[in-house]
Amino acid sequence: MTVLDKFGASVWTSTPFRLAALSIAAFLVTAAGIAGFMFWQTNDLLTEQVLAGLRAEVQEMRHMEAAAGSASVAAAIKARARPEGPGLYFFADKSGRKQAGNLSRQPPELSSEGGGTFRYEREPGDERLAVALPISFSDGTRLLVGRDIEEQRVFANHMRTVFLLGFGLLSAAGLAGGLGAGRLLLNRIDQINAASRSIMAGDLSRRVPVAGSQDELDGLAGNLNAMLDRIEQLMGGMREVSDNIAHDLKTPLSRLRNRAEATLRDGGGDCDAYRAGLERIIEEADELIKTFNAMLLVARLEAGALDGQAEAFDIGGLVRDVAEFYEPLADEQGLDLTVEADDGARVVANRHLVNQAVANLIDNAIKYGRPETPDAVGSIRVTLRILTETVEIAVEDLGPGISADDRERALKRFVRLEASRTKPGTGLGLSLVAAVARLHHGTVRLEDNAPGLRAVLVLPRARQGISA
Amino acid sequence: MQNYIADEGRDLTVAGRSKSMRVLVIEDDRETAQFLQKSLKESGHAADLAGDGETGLSLAETGVYDVLIVDRMLPKLDGLAVVKSLRTGGLRTPVLILSALGEVDDRVKGLRAGGDDYLTKPYAYTELLARIEALSRRAAPEEQVTKYVVGDLVLDRLSHRVSRGGEAIVLQPREYRLLEYLMKNAGQVVTRTMLLENVWDYHFDPQTNVIDVHVSRLRSKIDKSFDKPLLHTVRGAGYMVRDGAG
Repeated sequence: MTVLDKFGASVWTSTPFRLAALSIAAFLVTAAGIAGFMFWQTNDLLTEQVLAGLRAEVQEMRHMEAAAGSASVAAAIKARARPEGPGLYFFADKSGRKQAGNLSRQPPELSSEGGGTFRYEREPGDERLAVALPISFSDGTRLLVGRDIEEQRVFANHMRTVFLLGFGLLSAAGLAGGLGAGRLLLNRIDQINAASRSIMAGDLSRRVPVAGSQDELDGLAGNLNAMLDRIEQLMGGMREVSDNIAHDLKTPLSRLRNRAEATLRDGGGDCDAYRAGLERIIEEADELIKTFNAMLLVARLEAGALDGQAEAFDIGGLVRDVAEFYEPLADEQGLDLTVEADDGARVVANRHLVNQAVANLIDNAIKYGRPETPDAVGSIRVTLRILTETVEIAVEDLGPGISADDRERALKRFVRLEASRTKPGTGLGLSLVAAVARLHHGTVRLEDNAPGLRAVLVLPRARQGISA
Repeated sequence: MQNYIADEGRDLTVAGRSKSMRVLVIEDDRETAQFLQKSLKESGHAADLAGDGETGLSLAETGVYDVLIVDRMLPKLDGLAVVKSLRTGGLRTPVLILSALGEVDDRVKGLRAGGDDYLTKPYAYTELLARIEALSRRAAPEEQVTKYVVGDLVLDRLSHRVSRGGEAIVLQPREYRLLEYLMKNAGQVVTRTMLLENVWDYHFDPQTNVIDVHVSRLRSKIDKSFDKPLLHTVRGAGYMVRDGAG
């Protein structure tokens, strides 16, 4: 045990070792059963052969005695009994004195009636195993007919030794194999554990080593690595989000603070100056609250489900209403707002959120959709396209649009494009539209309207069963 | 927006001319509660404070209040539970629920529990005041009003006709509803959010001054060709329809 102790207790408790030990045990039990059965069968067969020979000879002797009397039997025994042959004989008269045969005496283990095994000495010191059947003749003489089965016994012993040795070897080899497999596996698992520990300690760039053997452990390591990639990516996303939040909240917060400071400094005891300053501070605070609310809403939408707030309604009416709501504003800004939205397509959605999403798209178009050339007339087109599976609400403007590189970014969580920082509002409009779309299993596409931006909100249509 | 009354926001009590109300504020944050009490007093109303749900409920059950302001999260008894048990007890006092939870579903839950209006923290005091004044008016026995009259402006709710000084004014359906809501709350401040919620049923913050544009369109129809403006902008708060002379 001391030699094996250096493998460490963990090898003994490792899964491969336990599995190996278990399978070896099962194998040995089965093999021992089979070998034992074979051994017993062989032995039985050999014994049966010997006994059959004995019975035949006994029969022959009985016939001989019946035909010619016990004297002829004695004569035959004399002829048959050779000192070193397999046949053993002991012929005795009524008083038990030996008349013929190669056995020196009646074996003490045998009674006069039954047959059985006994030991005898062929030569002094050479004790051998034998089996014999007794016969009693009518004139009172008795004959013992036997066979030497020492060779059979030796064979059986030999067989037993071979089996035991074989089992021993098999067990040793199996356990050694189990230990080896256990150590091999433990090494790999230790590597994975070491990598996990250092990742837990904060080194997110570390990866689990892959041995390249394409086995299950490699598969596991590969999956772990893929999971780590995803986590790292999510963490990166989180960091970006918190950076964006920090930026979007810190900027107005410091503006708020500056304004308060300026009011305090420049007020100079003039009540009206203080009042004006404080009013502007309240305005700043309101803007901050709006931004914060928008962020909170986006975060909740990203995390949440529709939980019971969804209803089926006709999307055409909603789009027309929101467009109508914004029409005076567009008009005031010198933009021509047209809407083409027919009834006939229902969606299952949170009406308030879809209202807000469509409003944000139109709001954006009014804010950013002014044509770049000063004398061009701007126009905003709101359309509803009804497809078999989805509805597409598109808002098109003729403004500068969003460059192809920025389009994807614009839909990300809490991302404000540079342009939005100078305009009123939280700048989170598109983030919110994207979040609303995701919540309803829809999508948002930003396309080039050449010139301008074409923003498309795609929502799944209500299936017939739900629309009722 | 040329018609706003310069400093009316400073002087809402006088401008609002609403009857003095007795308000119960059930709010566990002492500072907020005292701010509300002081502000309401300055606006000409009396306010009692309750620091937890149980105290609030037993005070409210006396039935002496015109409006209840109930914070949603309260020690001992949650705000919604207070409102529910008041309503189960048959008390109809209008309730404004205050909450830090501002999503549409939170609102719906609050109104379903028996609240009459829902305001999300942080809020502007002017917004709160406008809402509780609107609430107290709503609670007053309102016989089937078929006609709103402010000065020489008349809105007939049966024929959906609007006229000023006997001259018919043609309004778009949405403009009509905007004016109807403003006239229903004549003499009281109506905030932009209240208009958004009650005229359009929108529960989001438009990022642009779209409400102002709607109001100024309406104003151009009802005020422009007349000497005396009736639709006023209340700075820092919202709008008010009021007969200036009255």
